[in-house]
Amino acid sequence: MLDLAQIKTRAEAAVSGAKLEIIPNPGPANQPSLLLDHEHAVEVVRFLRDDPQLQLDFCSNATGVDWLDRTVKKTVKVKQIVEGEEKEVNQTTGENIPGYLEAVYHLYSIALKHGPAVVRLRTANRGDGARLPSLTPVYRSAEFQEREIFDLYGIRFDGHPDLRRILMWDEFTDFPMRKDYVPPDDFEYEPTPHDEVLERAKEHYPARPQVDGAEALTPQ
Amino acid sequence: MSNGVDEGLRSELQKQGIWVTSLSDLYNWGRRNSIWPLQFGLACCAIEMIATAASKYDLARFGGEVFRPSPRQADLMIVAGTVTKKMAPQIVRLYNQMPDPKYVIAMGACAISGGPFKQGYNVLKGVDRFIPVDVYIPGCPPRPEALLHAFMELQRKIDGQKLSGTGRADFLEPERPSEFPVPEFGEHDLVPAKNDDIFRPPVVARQS
Repeated sequence: MLDLAQIKTRAEAAVSGAKLEIIPNPGPANQPSLLLDHEHAVEVVRFLRDDPQLQLDFCSNATGVDWLDRTVKKTVKVKQIVEGEEKEVNQTTGENIPGYLEAVYHLYSIALKHGPAVVRLRTANRGDGARLPSLTPVYRSAEFQEREIFDLYGIRFDGHPDLRRILMWDEFTDFPMRKDYVPPDDFEYEPTPHDEVLERAKEHYPARPQVDGAEALTPQ
Repeated sequence: MSNGVDEGLRSELQKQGIWVTSLSDLYNWGRRNSIWPLQFGLACCAIEMIATAASKYDLARFGGEVFRPSPRQADLMIVAGTVTKKMAPQIVRLYNQMPDPKYVIAMGACAISGGPFKQGYNVLKGVDRFIPVDVYIPGCPPRPEALLHAFMELQRKIDGQKLSGTGRADFLEPERPSEFPVPEFGEHDLVPAKNDDIFRPPVVARQS
């Protein structure tokens, strides 16, 4: 398969005005992805599907990602004059990145037996702006998956034919896969609580008095 | 077991070739050997339930082979699998539609307590929050032998139920409810999250 930079060049040439960005993934997987802009997302994806060299005709997976507001610390070495001497000093700056939600699509080609090409869409923010263009008009298989993303992350897909909750009930108002989701407070007894569960157990259940046998040995 | 018939007299008569029984013994003998389970499964436990009913384990040996697709014809509800909060109202509704006397087996860790999903947001932490359970089987999933054991425990329970007088079986008490409120879907959880009339968990202390 063409690499992502080539795909980006071809797609930008085919769809005028499309602004694509390659998101690197420096982890062990090293699987970079293509970030699409909202206006041209459907056209770009349609191009990826119909282009004879790519023929990415199968959307195998669509999922959501929640990114909270975060601060990225950057340490830069700056030359400063300290006590009359020029020294290299580490200067740390924090960059605030506002939170957003992402939808990630994995595209494969059944015809040419290659893939995946990973395609991303980002919302403007995590509140009212959590809207994305739906890719269901291009890939029918994205329909239920986008409903699931809507159900669990709360991203509204414009152009989706039937955007309803799919796993939770219709009356449900929360989005459980968001990182700031607070589950209902119905903790139940756990015999060996640890970590988060232990914290919740401490709130709900009294601790058993520590009896290790020594208390029974009263001095005569 | 025997209501009114003296055990010594009964065995004495039996030696003489006279078989004596009481009406309640006969009645319970009939009930316990023809338990019709409700045919539904919720998760992987259902596969074990199917295996139990199939030829190798053969639930028919104990009179439980007639799985009914309608709650109106069923005596026993085997809650085989994870009860999600979305499914819980339907489970309660099915239970309400079963005629008395009716029994419930909670099969597997999920039906007992939520199992591996216990600390999650979408799974009911035990079906006994909404319906009364007669026999609990641990396991994930329980083997068919365990389900057979639970079935035999239930038969033992039915056998011991008195039909008249004080201390008679629960389902004969007119005040005892045979239907339980169906929970509503709320904005964050089921409303109510549990039926406090029947769900009274013991207060347990934390170990550390």
